Amino acid sequence: MSDELNHPEIDVPEELRRNVAITTLDKIYNWGRRSSVWPMFWGLACCAIEMICTATSRYDLSRFGMEVMRPSPRQADLMIVSGTVTKKLIPQIVRLYNQMGEPKYVIAMGACASGGGPFKEGYNVVSGVDQFVPVDVYVPGCPPTPQALLHGFAKLREKIDTQSVTSVRWYQKAPVEPIPIPLLGPDLINPRDLPALRDRAAQPAAAQS
Amino acid sequence: MTDKVLDNVESRLGDGVVRDERGGYSGYLVPAARLANVARTARDELGYDYLSSVTGVDYLPEGKLEVVYQLYPTAGGAGLVLKAQLPREAPVVPSLVPLFPGAELQEREVWDLLGIRFEGHPDLRRVLLWEGFAGHPLRKDWTEAYFEEDAKPFKSRWPEGKIHRIEDKVPFRHNVAYPPDFTPDGWVPEGDAALYAGLGQVTGGGNGGDPALNTDEIIVNLGPQHPSTHGVFRVVVRLDGETVVDLKPVMGYLHRNHEKIAERNTFLMNMPFTDRLDYFSSMGNNFGYALAVEKLMGIQPPERAEYLRVMMAELTRIQNHLSAIGFLLNDLGAFFTPVMYAFEERELILDIFEATSGSRMMCNYFRFGGLERDLPDGVLPKIRELVYERLPRKVDELDRYLTENEIVRARCIGVGVLTRERAIALSAAGPVLRASGVPYDVRRAEPYSIYDRFDFDVAVRPHGDVYDRYLIRFDEIRQSLRILDQVLKQLPEGEIQTGKPQYQARVPAGEAYGRVENPKGELGYYVISTGKPTPWRYHVRAPSFINLTTLAEMSRGYKLADVVVSLGSIDIVLGEVDR
Repeated sequence: MSDELNHPEIDVPEELRRNVAITTLDKIYNWGRRSSVWPMFWGLACCAIEMICTATSRYDLSRFGMEVMRPSPRQADLMIVSGTVTKKLIPQIVRLYNQMGEPKYVIAMGACASGGGPFKEGYNVVSGVDQFVPVDVYVPGCPPTPQALLHGFAKLREKIDTQSVTSVRWYQKAPVEPIPIPLLGPDLINPRDLPALRDRAAQPAAAQS
Repeated sequence: MTDKVLDNVESRLGDGVVRDERGGYSGYLVPAARLANVARTARDELGYDYLSSVTGVDYLPEGKLEVVYQLYPTAGGAGLVLKAQLPREAPVVPSLVPLFPGAELQEREVWDLLGIRFEGHPDLRRVLLWEGFAGHPLRKDWTEAYFEEDAKPFKSRWPEGKIHRIEDKVPFRHNVAYPPDFTPDGWVPEGDAALYAGLGQVTGGGNGGDPALNTDEIIVNLGPQHPSTHGVFRVVVRLDGETVVDLKPVMGYLHRNHEKIAERNTFLMNMPFTDRLDYFSSMGNNFGYALAVEKLMGIQPPERAEYLRVMMAELTRIQNHLSAIGFLLNDLGAFFTPVMYAFEERELILDIFEATSGSRMMCNYFRFGGLERDLPDGVLPKIRELVYERLPRKVDELDRYLTENEIVRARCIGVGVLTRERAIALSAAGPVLRASGVPYDVRRAEPYSIYDRFDFDVAVRPHGDVYDRYLIRFDEIRQSLRILDQVLKQLPEGEIQTGKPQYQARVPAGEAYGRVENPKGELGYYVISTGKPTPWRYHVRAPSFINLTTLAEMSRGYKLADVVVSLGSIDIVLGEVDR
């Protein structure tokens, strides 16, 4: 443990090396967080089955301190979007994301969550969850194998290691704004599109299309 | 069936019923006004007591809509197809829900996607999309925001290769389209009021009518994010105290427009899409679709391919049922340990699938008239080891750990009872139907492929409670092992594909309904070809979806915690429920 954390330039006396580590705040903070990323227990589609496989004995998520899957977003650190994101579901996904406490991360698992996948052209399909929620790691595949998902987790750990308490968004003075929740109208309404929609409605009918 | 019997059916069905004479079509055309009477005759006098599928077709060039009903006798045998033709403007057809309550969700789906009104339906709301959605997407003249062309491959991708992103060609750069007169300010969102109003009311005093016990009436929403809804599924329950008064399933959170996309794909392109329906049993999904298209093409796969198909379908059934048992125990509170046991075996079966087809879950292994490739070296010994050594031992072990468990018995026996009559009326399929004492298995009732050669029992359990639905999965695993034993002993050498593999299947015009006994129940594909490279209509009779009709029946009068267990015992997969 201490090898991982120790500052390379500060020498710890031989007799204390097993018990003492001299390190930076960022390092120990990131080490603690990346070793206990609790995913939200939530499956969307086919990828969810591979996610469950990843949690079972053959692939064993507990090696990364991730086996504690929490059904409540309040207790979860990581949202694995494991399947096709549909228009009917995206309001719930955004709401769940808003309900998660900081620090929070999102993995877009599989082709559908990353960009719509094979169902992209469908009338009820959102082409990628990143249209609404910020994504940290994309895992390609349809569905990604458990190995690929594990690789995604490794990438997420790398990303956490690069963060610093001085710059992360949840330690800034201004509060983190929640993401506006999409609405289900004649089609999916992204609140960010509302000005553009109003503009269109203000134009004469002939100019539309 | 001989022509004489068919004539007899025609005369029994009564006036105005004519045989469908279009080339490649079968069944009977029924005037919409007489539909209910004809269906009653078919059910009560001719024995067609099981309504398998209700779907609609938009014949845009003829300016007609058609509702197609597939009826089957639970005694076994061929089916009866009834069709009602309607005008495209304001189409109305009498609802069959009073006769066949199993039509409830299916008629709602036809209303949702094709805009056909069912007069007399108790709760005709959209089912897969949300209230307020503009248009009925499966109408042929309805196009989505990302629409490019009527048929694939799109010119933007191949062969000219002028690649563009569809996002650059649509307003708002999103997959959204609004009606031209839409203004966000004048619009009122549709709430859940209609949904809640459809729930049955509390009658009587509640809690056994004891006036000393005052119970509250509340509406509880489970899902779409809930650990025991097996995905993104939502249940709305009206409770009196803790007792369920009524329940409505709410689905569509994973509606990925499979059928609309399929009408643009070539026949072969749809094969990998079928994998993603019931993603636990992709091989079984392939099987049904291959059968439907082979029926249209009039071809048969060679012997070896037939055996390999059955082998894969039965391996799929085993791993599906193991997972189903694991997840049911999850819902009972034995969190994840039984799933670990189930998935240990499932992984070994997935290894076989991966070696054979190249993918663990999305196998895409079947082709029209055969298979994609033969078994690679070294796989057959592994299958033998599994079928003869490991699986029988491990299934018995799981059985020993779970079946006599006191909590399992206390939570399952006598809970969520579905009677024999109601199971048939509600069009339940697969293990749910058979656990209610109906020995109906498509493999036996109307054998497809080479299932008529194998010696196996149709697993039946008499009580129709959760415990029986749990036990029947063990029974079916053991029967599948019996079939696999015979397959392994008889597996011939030889070709695995009839003729040359075709990338563009030539499918003659006509209709076909191919159905298989998938692990979750009767999976049917209704395919219409007009002779073009893409299907005109492609409908999936999804067993998980239709089995959900029974959930309210299973839950009424039981406690809220039993809803979760009943749902687990149906074994749904949301990819198939919502398609």
